[in-house]
Amino acid sequence: MSAFWSAWVSVITLAVILGCTWLLFATRKSEKHKETTEETLGHEFDGIEEYDNPLPKWWFQMFLGTVIFGLGYLALYPGLGNFQGLLGWSSHGQWEEEMAHAEEQYRPVFQKYAALSIEQLQSEEDGLKMGQRMFSNNCAVCHGSAGTGAYGFPNLTDNDWLYGGEPQTLITTIANGRNGGMPAWGQVLGEDGVRDVTSYVLSLSGAADSLDGDAVARGQSQFQALCAACHGADGKGTQALGAPNLTDNTWLYGGSFEQVAHSIRNGRAGVMPAHKDLLSDEKIHLIAAYVYSLSQK
Amino acid sequence: MIKHETIEKNIGLMILLIIIVISGGGLAEIVPLFFQSSTTQPIEGLRTYTALELEGRDIYIKEGCHVCHTQMIRPFRAETERYGHYSTADEHVWEHPFLWGSKRTGPDLARVGGRYSDDWHRAHLNNPRDVVPESKMPSYPWLFKNKLTGKDTEAKMGALRKLGVPYTDEDIAGAREQVAGKYEIDALVAYLQALGKTHSVYTNKR
Repeated sequence: MSAFWSAWVSVITLAVILGCTWLLFATRKSEKHKETTEETLGHEFDGIEEYDNPLPKWWFQMFLGTVIFGLGYLALYPGLGNFQGLLGWSSHGQWEEEMAHAEEQYRPVFQKYAALSIEQLQSEEDGLKMGQRMFSNNCAVCHGSAGTGAYGFPNLTDNDWLYGGEPQTLITTIANGRNGGMPAWGQVLGEDGVRDVTSYVLSLSGAADSLDGDAVARGQSQFQALCAACHGADGKGTQALGAPNLTDNTWLYGGSFEQVAHSIRNGRAGVMPAHKDLLSDEKIHLIAAYVYSLSQK
Repeated sequence: MIKHETIEKNIGLMILLIIIVISGGGLAEIVPLFFQSSTTQPIEGLRTYTALELEGRDIYIKEGCHVCHTQMIRPFRAETERYGHYSTADEHVWEHPFLWGSKRTGPDLARVGGRYSDDWHRAHLNNPRDVVPESKMPSYPWLFKNKLTGKDTEAKMGALRKLGVPYTDEDIAGAREQVAGKYEIDALVAYLQALGKTHSVYTNKR
């Protein structure tokens, strides 16, 4: 703040406080009586009259108290322009102190766990608890408070992984995020093609009885031409690409005929946001350990 | 010597004195803020909202999001651990009106951009309980049905430019086209994903 504005703030603040004090004393001095009397101000409305008495003493003293409190506050805390106050307090400084205190308190704990591998952490109850807390804060909004996921958000407890469930892969997934990229095949396949491929895909997870055999056969050749590159010739998926295994009965976007057809027709682009700019490596390590523990039970 | 009777019986004098007392607070606390670089100069590298984000911002206001969500991270560890770096005035110099809010029923959104995927926001706004079973946020299914025409977008950007937001002629010229035909949900999600992402001065790592 420039010297001008600093002076501006200080002068006005002090002038208002002193002005109020002056008014308080000035009006008190001019009161007719110093004590309570029966005399009224001389006006009357519907039988209601007003005594002409001085301000009660306790009230007057409270006024003075606020003035003294105000001046004391301005002496201790920043309030008068650039004057930082005798305590040197600032909201920023208070935050930094809090952070430094937490750093001192928690740094050793995080370091202790960072030195352990994710497998080793499985037997560290407190470490997993910390991971669970951070999971609740950062991950549960999509993956659910128990990690069981939701439509479009993977279940982390079933040991069925899109990108792999090895400790290092979990860290990579949390730190860098993931961008699913299933293209839309509606234009390429046409509506009949979409239904054929859907039939074939559903047959992979054992629903063959209820499906039209011809459609499954037609869908198979389309699948080998268009889908196998990512999902594999056997439909078991490719974790390096995040292409799901289609032969199990785990469906991120639903496994009904219409839901699978919708995925094929319009594609899917699920996104896991990157957390490396949000969370420190030590925290990601502990969250990964917790997520790992979910599927190890 | 002044008598309280004199003040009480002269309404003009009383009004004058009240104005003097009240303006003391405004003059000391508000007026200097119009002249401080920390409150009038944008943070380094601040970008303006795109036309779509700006329309999303208006939907945010229209649906009353700011009634339950703040955009003001206070300098307490509990807040910066959860939301990222505390908010500063220079991040908000182009906000007209600012959306700091005054109470939180839901979480702060000042840096929600990038925290969740677009799909999550869409699922969540359609019916929050689909993704957060404990949530008591209302559902906003009509955002998926209402389309934007963009007929006022250019005028809005022009008005903001008059208030000091540095929109260029090109920004404004392409605004209607960028917005027209989009659903309200597209604009709102674009806005939410931009929150906290309009500059990169602060590290939000925690």
